[in-house]
Amino acid sequence: MCVVVLAASASAGEIPRAERRSGSDFMSRETRAMQDDDTANPGMLWVLEGESLWNKKTGDAGRACAECHGDARASMKGVAARHPAFDATRGRPVTLEQRVNVCRTERQKAPPLAYESRELLALTAYLARQSRGLPIDVATDQRTQPFLDAGRATFYRRQGQLNLACSQCHDDNWGRQLAGNVVPQAHPTGYPLYRLEWQSLGSLQRRLRNCLIGIRAEPYEYGAAELVDLELFLMWRARGMTFEAPAVRP
Amino acid sequence: MASALINAPPRAKRGEIIEIKTLISHPMETGYRRTQLGALVPRDIIRLFVCTYNGTEVFRAELHPAIAANPFIVFSTVATESGTLAFQWTGDRGFSETESVAITVD
Repeated sequence: MCVVVLAASASAGEIPRAERRSGSDFMSRETRAMQDDDTANPGMLWVLEGESLWNKKTGDAGRACAECHGDARASMKGVAARHPAFDATRGRPVTLEQRVNVCRTERQKAPPLAYESRELLALTAYLARQSRGLPIDVATDQRTQPFLDAGRATFYRRQGQLNLACSQCHDDNWGRQLAGNVVPQAHPTGYPLYRLEWQSLGSLQRRLRNCLIGIRAEPYEYGAAELVDLELFLMWRARGMTFEAPAVRP
Repeated sequence: MASALINAPPRAKRGEIIEIKTLISHPMETGYRRTQLGALVPRDIIRLFVCTYNGTEVFRAELHPAIAANPFIVFSTVATESGTLAFQWTGDRGFSETESVAITVD
């Protein structure tokens, strides 16, 4: 007779809803204090700039965001917490960054802003700020289901030279150390966020590309369908969690 | 570019120690980094931060290349009279930024 004892850590599987924790729970007290104080949170510099861009006329149409959307404090409340959202004309989900650029090119007749440019980060940070404290609530219906499934597949697919899937760190080994850092659960609760390592604000896609480079995989381009679907899946995975943008992370 | 965020109490009691927090947007390029082609990225940092209280200097800080981007400087002073707290950051490439807040002391 032989008894086989299986190690529990081999595949812990999806994180139960009650055990989900935002990245801010894994941070030091000092970093959390920085995030919570609007005059210490460097992300607020982008929010301030975003507010001025919101009210500035731009493009050939000579219109400001505010002329259609009014006061963002009211009209944009909860919007960032619902993205990526399905766009009927494109037939697929679009991120907040893409939504801003759709509005710019179609309504304002202005050139799209480059990913990770200061202006786009400022606008998305300003929009995201209007959802702070609200629950993450991406819509999942028949239209978004295939994209959600594609994102899930990416999350669980091993890739790169290290042959690692996102889930192997963020589902199975969260809370443990990866070199000097604690592995978080990968809930995108505060994007765009100020990363102390970056000394700048950055989008979720910048973070995802970082992780892909970390596992020695070739990162997808900004705005690539794979990244958008993954973003959608991660937001769905974090559904109901509190939106903290602009967050601060180490 | 959004410039600076100041957090200072708008009212204080005479003799009270007040805490002032300042955050400014700046890349703080060290001058030691190189581009992918090997060219040195020129230094671009804030060199000096000064706070004056009704014209009297109450705080001064010299900044160096090891200081991270978007410097966050917190200091305290004693509330002596109503007036203005003026802040000035100066640095490389002719960088100069000023900001001021009013304070009422009773």
